[in-house]
Amino acid sequence: MSEQTRIAGWTVLLALLVLAPLAITSGRWIEFMELTLFVAVLGQGWNILGGFGGQYSFGHALFFGTGAYIQALLQFKLGWSPWATLWFAIAGGVLVGAFVGYLSFRYGLRGSYFALITLAFAEAFHVLSRSLVAVTEGGRGVALDLNLDPDRALTTFQFNFGGDFLKAYGFYYTILVILMLAYAATWWMEHTRFGAQLVAVRENEDAAEALGIDAFRVKLGAICLSAAITAAAGVYYTQKFLFIDPGIAYGPTKSVEALFAPIIGGLGTVLGPLVGALFLHGLGEFAKETIGLVWEDRPGLDLILFGVVLILVLAFLPRGLVGLLDLAWRRLSGAAPAARKGKADA
Amino acid sequence: MLEVRNLSKRFGGLLAVDDAELTVPEGAIVSLIGPNGAGKTTLFAAIAGFLKPDAGRVTLSGEDITGLTPHDVCRRGLVRTFQVVQPFANLTVRDNIAVGAHTRIRGRADARRHAETIAAELGMSEMLDQPAAALTVAGRKRLELARALATGPTLLLLDEVMAGLNATEIEDIVRVIRGIREAGVTIFLIEHVMQAVMSLSDRTYVLNNGAIISQGTPGEVASDPQVIEAYLGHGASQAITREATAAGGPDA
Repeated sequence: MSEQTRIAGWTVLLALLVLAPLAITSGRWIEFMELTLFVAVLGQGWNILGGFGGQYSFGHALFFGTGAYIQALLQFKLGWSPWATLWFAIAGGVLVGAFVGYLSFRYGLRGSYFALITLAFAEAFHVLSRSLVAVTEGGRGVALDLNLDPDRALTTFQFNFGGDFLKAYGFYYTILVILMLAYAATWWMEHTRFGAQLVAVRENEDAAEALGIDAFRVKLGAICLSAAITAAAGVYYTQKFLFIDPGIAYGPTKSVEALFAPIIGGLGTVLGPLVGALFLHGLGEFAKETIGLVWEDRPGLDLILFGVVLILVLAFLPRGLVGLLDLAWRRLSGAAPAARKGKADA
Repeated sequence: MLEVRNLSKRFGGLLAVDDAELTVPEGAIVSLIGPNGAGKTTLFAAIAGFLKPDAGRVTLSGEDITGLTPHDVCRRGLVRTFQVVQPFANLTVRDNIAVGAHTRIRGRADARRHAETIAAELGMSEMLDQPAAALTVAGRKRLELARALATGPTLLLLDEVMAGLNATEIEDIVRVIRGIREAGVTIFLIEHVMQAVMSLSDRTYVLNNGAIISQGTPGEVASDPQVIEAYLGHGASQAITREATAAGGPDA
């Protein structure tokens, strides 16, 4: 696909997302879109390190939870404005990312060892957030005060009791802005030397080193950017739900959600996590609707479905749904097949 | 240009490189030969920073590069290729070479353009859009060379770039290597294809059991009895001389 076609495609897609609320008036579907875009942001965070860099993390909740907790605690304990705390939340996520990255990459942990160390760190933070009650309020979690004054909806970053528009679409546009920034950062990265070197490290670390690439620095840069985006998703979560506890923040659910979307959508592609998130959550919603009609509601049904889809994609679509779209596009436009961008043996 | 002094590398009880000494003068093509398992690739790896030598010194243009990381060594102008080719399999030939070009070129478009120039020099222009995984053995060997060359080296370490190629492909690559030298790049190569070693090198070192056992022009080295014995076994040198003088039948 040529650069112009890609840019045109992106413009159309973004326009659709910006204008979506015109078509979607039901609150339930707006919630659905918010959740989907949230997962798409989480997924892009993971994709930068896992998809582009080939470093599969199993503990991205570490960055999500750190962002969410800092966002909550600075408001709760010190009464800071949420617009001030969010910078500290993102910086905190980056700091944790730099720390974990420094330790693992300095000692050359790759593949499953890296996955395990990230999982271990996420679990360690899970336990700490439960036991350091004086700091984190422990297992009770942190509940932020609800703002009921519509005039202060913007200053408190709480849109639930804002004016008509804010109440209905405030959080949708919040997550859309975060998504646009995250995807623009990823797009930028793909078009720089840093991005090319990151992909080279994924493909073959020894060859990359031989060609003058400092693999340690490149991976460290990737984990910091990855953590920043994931922590921003945490900021959104805290503001949206005004509540965070150890299980939500550092439990395995967010780590798994973060990797599902890019793997199914297409590893190492800018569009992958968004396509994956739309597909998975669309499917989940569809399943709940249709099966709910003939059968009583079964919680967790969508998760079973996700698992099946993951197996099918891994077996038959190593380049994910984006690879499939790309192939279809090539068939239609009659262009020759080009190199794969995703990792083949993902 | 490259000086290796008293370099040793040990793996447990095995002394893979034993007190190696060699010099690669600027502008020359120097080769390193030796039987399988002699320690040639280990020596290359120790020079290029992939293995830390246990003893000895490596200097590049007078600068000590012993124990530097491979990327540091590459940025100083010494780059190696791998005997077992290591392409970025999912990237196109253009992007593979561009990764090398990024060592000295920041911009993506400039690096890609430089990659195209290098590809043209090596006769790979047709393959630019192919994924590296789709190349033939000869193509992959050439890609190794192209990527290394794109980093703008002053010294190239080539590890068996001719292995597995047929006679025509070898002729091609010999021509390419000569061209690279003429462009001002010094070359140090490991090779088993003797006809190429003989025709290319200004100087040859022979490594056996980790130690340099002979050096000189390719002709001198090929007639050195020690070298013949290293390749063909103990007594082989005498047997050959006897055969040559007596022109008799093979003796047991």
